[in-house]
Amino acid sequence: MSFDVRKIREDFPILAQMQRGKPLVFLDSGASAQKPRQVIGAMMRCMESAYANVHRGAYYLSETATEAYEASRRAVATFLNAARAEEIVFTANSTMAINLVAHCYGRGILKPGQAVVTSEMEHHANMVPWQMLRDAHGIELRYVRVTDAGELDLEDLAAKLKDGKVGLVAVTHMSNVLGTVTPAAQIARMAHEAGAKVLFDGSQAAVHRKVDVQALDADFYVFTGHKLYGPTGIGVLYAKHALLEAMPPFLGGGDMIATVSLAGSTWAAPPARFEAGTPAIVEAIGLHAAIDYVTAIGLPAIEAHERALVDHAMAVLSQVEGLSLLGRAQDRGGVFAFSLDNAHAHDLSTLLDRAGIAVRAGRHCAEPLHERFGVEGGTCRASFGLYTTPEEIDFLGAALVKAREFFA
Amino acid sequence: MFDDLRDLYQELILDHGLKPRNFRRPEDANRHAKGDNPMCGDRMELALKLDGEVVTDLGFQGRGCAISMASASLMTETVKGKTLAQAHQLSDSFRALAMTGSCPECGAELADEMERLQPLAGVHEFPSRVKCATLAWHTLNAALDGSKEASSE
Repeated sequence: MSFDVRKIREDFPILAQMQRGKPLVFLDSGASAQKPRQVIGAMMRCMESAYANVHRGAYYLSETATEAYEASRRAVATFLNAARAEEIVFTANSTMAINLVAHCYGRGILKPGQAVVTSEMEHHANMVPWQMLRDAHGIELRYVRVTDAGELDLEDLAAKLKDGKVGLVAVTHMSNVLGTVTPAAQIARMAHEAGAKVLFDGSQAAVHRKVDVQALDADFYVFTGHKLYGPTGIGVLYAKHALLEAMPPFLGGGDMIATVSLAGSTWAAPPARFEAGTPAIVEAIGLHAAIDYVTAIGLPAIEAHERALVDHAMAVLSQVEGLSLLGRAQDRGGVFAFSLDNAHAHDLSTLLDRAGIAVRAGRHCAEPLHERFGVEGGTCRASFGLYTTPEEIDFLGAALVKAREFFA
Repeated sequence: MFDDLRDLYQELILDHGLKPRNFRRPEDANRHAKGDNPMCGDRMELALKLDGEVVTDLGFQGRGCAISMASASLMTETVKGKTLAQAHQLSDSFRALAMTGSCPECGAELADEMERLQPLAGVHEFPSRVKCATLAWHTLNAALDGSKEASSE
């Protein structure tokens, strides 16, 4: 199927609207992506004609909803090339999925005195849960350094794995600030050779690249629905089945139990063990539709489109006088954090907003990374989606030049 | 492309943002507070000298956007020489100005000072930027009340 960005844009109703009297140029998909009609429609159809609680009722609607919910799980398994659908746990988002691992694997399996390795590149969702684990469970926390180019320092990773105390390496598969795509298969190999498990935060990567958890040999992989053109409120934890089998539950409640008596309870098998309470049913249906949508277009086609956008953005942004880009990784996706020499990120984003351009300003939930690169005051970030066009990037470039003149 | 933003970024704002006044730490200061906008990274330290009931000197240091720097700069200029009660009143009045664009309740007593702060009124049309303008005043309140930390979140 050929990739026609004009046609794709027609699938996203919000992109046709005006913002402050100007056509919307939405360059904040890295924070949350817009939704195609296919996702919106699937969620509406579910609520209008196929909705009931799941795993509970022995009546037609509940059975229909349960089947749709489990079909979504199977679709996610196929999307990630998981060995089986039972390796997919639905969560609220990536943050909850990482907290689940920090709780169930971190407190449940790791022993005080062991170490977790994360990196300076992480957003707060893959940093704070490990700090909490460190403080509550006597786990040592180590941070892999980031090079000046914005890549993970693999020599530093090797050094931090050397003493054999590391039980888990938890790093991003693609930085939400630098755009850096990390060498996940190599990191997994290094972790496994040192006797550690590996978790990848795929919040950004799963949107832009074909992810194969078996080829990566990932032990845990997380992503979130709303960045993948799906709804908010649904995220995914992939974990190897043996790990899920060994882990104690996360939240207690309905659905996660095998038996309950007044004296105590026993736990259901995975994935139910980790999905207490009524789940995000409509959102799971929406996520299924989002996966079908990107799969029909084709991840390789999306990746090729975004590679072209990245090359174009590099060319356009490097022409803007006074602009500094954060990170120059060889392998990168469509995320660009930048600063202008004479304008603060917030002033800049207010100007760009006036031109109809939506970018994020601040530290993008990655405060330590901004300190690492000496931009504590924050940056602006333009992030692309499959609907982004080269013309929008040209427009951003022109607006940045005008903005610099404005503050001159 | 950005002409209509001149209401927000008036010459006075850009000037104070670029060259903030009282960007220093008064040596004999006896009240201090830190102000922090955790979401955007704006941060400032305010030091003032309270002599009896009167703020005889004040200065700030830190970093932030043009709006927050200009607001802090103008705040130090207007508060200097005021009594505690007047400083608190100015703080309340400025909050109203930044959030609504006007301050009908503001009395005549501090009319000149409010006139001086008027260029920041345009910020009320930018909800995400109001906190940039109010950070300095939150920090002033904290310093006057003897607390150490302020946030305009």
